[in-house]
Amino acid sequence: MNHAIFEKNSLILLIGILIVVSIGGIVEIAPLFLLQSTIEKVQGMRPYSPLELAGRDIYLREGCYNCHSQMIRSLRDEVERYGHYSLAAESMYDHPFQWGSKRTGPDLARVGGKYSDSWHVDHMNNPRAVVPASIMPGYPYLGQRPLDYANVADRMSALRLVGVPYSDEMIANAKADVEAQIAPDSKGAKDVLARYPKAQVRKFDGDTRPDAVPTELDAVIAYLQMLGTLVDFSKYDASGPNLR
Amino acid sequence: MASEKHFDEVTGTHTTGHVWDGDLRELNKPLPKWWLYVLYVCILWSIAYWILYPAWPSLTDYSKGYLGYSQRAEVANDIAVAKAAQEKYRQGIANTALADIPKNPELMQFALAGGAALFGDNCSGCHGRGAQGSVGYPNLNDDDWMWGGALDNIHKTISFGIRNGNEQAHSTAMPRFGLDGALEPAVINDVASYVRSTGGLEADKDAATRGAAVFAEQCSVCHGEDGKGNQELGAPNLADSIWLYGNSQKDVVTSITTGRGGIMPAWDGRLDPVSVKMLTVYVHSLGGGK
Repeated sequence: MNHAIFEKNSLILLIGILIVVSIGGIVEIAPLFLLQSTIEKVQGMRPYSPLELAGRDIYLREGCYNCHSQMIRSLRDEVERYGHYSLAAESMYDHPFQWGSKRTGPDLARVGGKYSDSWHVDHMNNPRAVVPASIMPGYPYLGQRPLDYANVADRMSALRLVGVPYSDEMIANAKADVEAQIAPDSKGAKDVLARYPKAQVRKFDGDTRPDAVPTELDAVIAYLQMLGTLVDFSKYDASGPNLR
Repeated sequence: MASEKHFDEVTGTHTTGHVWDGDLRELNKPLPKWWLYVLYVCILWSIAYWILYPAWPSLTDYSKGYLGYSQRAEVANDIAVAKAAQEKYRQGIANTALADIPKNPELMQFALAGGAALFGDNCSGCHGRGAQGSVGYPNLNDDDWMWGGALDNIHKTISFGIRNGNEQAHSTAMPRFGLDGALEPAVINDVASYVRSTGGLEADKDAATRGAAVFAEQCSVCHGEDGKGNQELGAPNLADSIWLYGNSQKDVVTSITTGRGGIMPAWDGRLDPVSVKMLTVYVHSLGGGK
């Protein structure tokens, strides 16, 4: 029996295991980085604006992904309910991605623009106020807590390390952009739009006092309102080179 | 480890021939035949799968498989098949003027069924499953319309929404009388008393009298001298007993202070034109269509 040499020598066994496992890995994983169809680029994707990024971090902190997926599968019923199926490129700047695997609540991949900001405010404060049958917990404290964005530039730098193309300019202006995105009449609002096309600039939580500070609710709603809005699907061709 | 076949008397089974420590032997119990055959069938199955379906990657491409299967093509096909089955009705709705759809029972039935499904997916989050609305989100079952309850009005409202930045959206908004300092809090309180009295609620009479004068000056331009509203401007009727944002003195004071200004998303672009028409007919049919 030739395998006696593996059975009697643990180091050789270990090397053997490594070789077998890496063959599996190379065949299954490596092509994903090379196949044209898995690295498909689509028009319109951009990194999150600092406010959206802060909102996304709160989304993670609160564990929203435990009940909400962000992944519309290529099935007719999902496409008819939620919109165009999700593309891999739409989560290219997500670290980690929020596809999720369980839907206690609805999918959120294209929730942007589906509801008004004030609906989100009401819904976060008490989901039952607008959806009587909802079992989602309320998050009334989000609107009362000022957003902590002191380190948002650092978070962007960290994301840049893993490949999100934040420019030096974006990182240098991160804090100012957070403040400008909730102040539509401010000078910085235009800069936010120039740096982050299709970003929505307004006070999201409904607190329109001139001295209102960014709240966690502003950030979460800014994030929710941009989900799935970046790619213009009227210009997207799912067949041809993208077919798979 | 010696190699010698050995028969184990107790179990009536041969051993594998391996011997450890001089007397430890291992019974030779091969896999059941049925299990082995299932394994072989699985191997054959996987080979067939490799041939029929996309399977093996190369450097920048992958084997497409004999059947040319693609999830994207499949969902596109599923949607096309469903569309084709509905084509007769969808085409009919596309080619029929809104006002004529209710006259065609077949189209109407399709529009109502499809409209109900669309409503559940897209509208019920705010307006409620039964279109009953809630505080801040209008009830669509009644005949009190802010932007008009005729088919064309409803169609415009659904297509472009309200105060959402869309160029064709309803965009007029009530001033923020309190926040912008146009009226003092005491005056707002008077106006709120008057507004509540026009709606048939009990209010402080003196305050209401003082408020009436302010109302005539500040509010009647949009809400009308009699407070019955103006659907051109989306100014609600204040003289009825429907209160979108609540009817307490505090609620009405807040409305005057902040101007409220509810927002509805535009559905043009998000939904196709036929779907918007079906929704229009459905909402119109709920009980209050003009």
